[in-house]
Amino acid sequence: MVDAQGVRKRFGRQEVLRGITLQVRTGEVMCIIGPSGSGKSTFLRCINHLEKVDAGRLTVDGELVGYREQGGKLYELRDREVCQRRADVGMVFQHFNLFPHMTAMENIIVGPIRVKGEAKPTAIRRAEQLLTRVGLAEKFDAYPRQLSGGQQQRVAIARALCMQPKLMLFDEPTSALDPELVSDVLDVMRSLADDGMTMVVVTHEIGFAREVGDSLVFMDEGVVVEAGPPKEVLSSPRQERTQVFLSRIL
Amino acid sequence: MPVVPVRHPGRWVAAAVVVLLAVMLVHSLFFSHVVINGRTRERFEWNIINQYFLSSEVVKALGITIALTVVAMAGGIAIGIVLAIMRLSPNPIVTGSAWVYIWFFRGTPVLVQLLFWYNASYIFPSFSLGIPFGPALVHFNLNTWLTPFLVASVGLALNEGAYMSEVVRAGLISVDEGQTEAAQSIGMSRFMTLRLIVVPQAMRVIIPPTGNETISMLKTTSLASVVTVSELTFTVEQIMAADYRTVPLFMVASLQYLWVTSVLMVGQYYVERHYAKGSVRQLPPTPLQRLRRGLLIRPGQTYGRFGDVDGTAFVWTPRD
Repeated sequence: MVDAQGVRKRFGRQEVLRGITLQVRTGEVMCIIGPSGSGKSTFLRCINHLEKVDAGRLTVDGELVGYREQGGKLYELRDREVCQRRADVGMVFQHFNLFPHMTAMENIIVGPIRVKGEAKPTAIRRAEQLLTRVGLAEKFDAYPRQLSGGQQQRVAIARALCMQPKLMLFDEPTSALDPELVSDVLDVMRSLADDGMTMVVVTHEIGFAREVGDSLVFMDEGVVVEAGPPKEVLSSPRQERTQVFLSRIL
Repeated sequence: MPVVPVRHPGRWVAAAVVVLLAVMLVHSLFFSHVVINGRTRERFEWNIINQYFLSSEVVKALGITIALTVVAMAGGIAIGIVLAIMRLSPNPIVTGSAWVYIWFFRGTPVLVQLLFWYNASYIFPSFSLGIPFGPALVHFNLNTWLTPFLVASVGLALNEGAYMSEVVRAGLISVDEGQTEAAQSIGMSRFMTLRLIVVPQAMRVIIPPTGNETISMLKTTSLASVVTVSELTFTVEQIMAADYRTVPLFMVASLQYLWVTSVLMVGQYYVERHYAKGSVRQLPPTPLQRLRRGLLIRPGQTYGRFGDVDGTAFVWTPRD
């Protein structure tokens, strides 16, 4: 589903991604861990065109991110084409980023109606199912500010799912939450994984990575230091940097 | 044990002074007289103010003032939105030209700008649409076409646009970057993001200074008198020239401006309230709702769900 070959990205003088190579298969749940500033979030944002890749090849579902390849040349995508591709990839942010002037329901259906041109009743029906699924059926007319952080994040997940994406990206979805609200969000993510959704999760929740993740990637200073099945990487890390990082957080 | 509250004698003194001054003001406004050459008259000549306040000339002039305000503000807001979006554009030529526009129109007096447009036909006697430096397709003779009202509304709108662009820009950049990213992540285009997500949130920041600008514009239209638009100030000055009732007529104009301003302020309150949707957990009651509730409330009754922050309702208990 995602194929990265030597992906590089720099902000000014600082090179944030220094050649990332990894693959995410369809239906796989990949968790990315690493110290802050290691480039995990930037890589996730690259997958969703929120950042431009400077070098290397990054494809999602066989399509090159940001460019169209034709006759040995790379043509930069127009805004409209970028939007179309983004619509197929759901993203959940650390700070939820719900639209504060819309109710939970409006947050969820605005994409399907405005971007995909779906009929309102169809979108509402699916949104109701999704709200029930994330355990917030009765909160459909609440504004984000009337919801707790955990509830907001679950609405944000429903908002992303309502676009019926083929890939879901989670950028530290539980980092801004009070500890007792984390499990609600993780439960929703776990059930999503059980349904076979392809997911890339940047997280600090080692327990989630161990139980739900199919693969675990440890990133540091813009490179993939170690990758493999979560249990292997967590219990017997081969690289020294991984060992040091894990000993600090476990 | 009885509690002795802190006394505030200073507050009582301050209140007494303010009340005294207020009584003096009311007295001099409504109940005092002046004696000139052995003849006594009301100080503020309310009978004359009364006589002119609803005279047909004044009412008609007020209509022109309001029309001018509406047209100039509508034009100003439209120009302001375009300029604000231009200033946020990645194209340096576009950003630069918006900057030059703002620089020029904020940097010269409105009065001078109005006089300039009034005399524009001196520089551009005619105006044609066609191929630049080539043949003309449509032709206007500006001398016949430019009425004073048009000159004034265009002049005021052009000037207002420069100020409004800064107001709009401040609103647009006040919206968190995460909102744009979230909108883009569900596939919204740049324009759709602006229209559905950014602008509705920016409105909360844009409305208060826009209300300010509108109220300011209401009075700035009095400058249109220099280009012979018969708006309120111009009309009142003309009546004055005929019958020398200078002070009462200025009072008439001021009171007219004052009541329209009051109406605008009430309008602003409700527009602000509309765009506060979702930004506070519970909208505060409007003065009208507060009044109604205050009248209907009984001792010991809960004071509705409004005004509370933590979900506890206020209970009103009378003092005695």
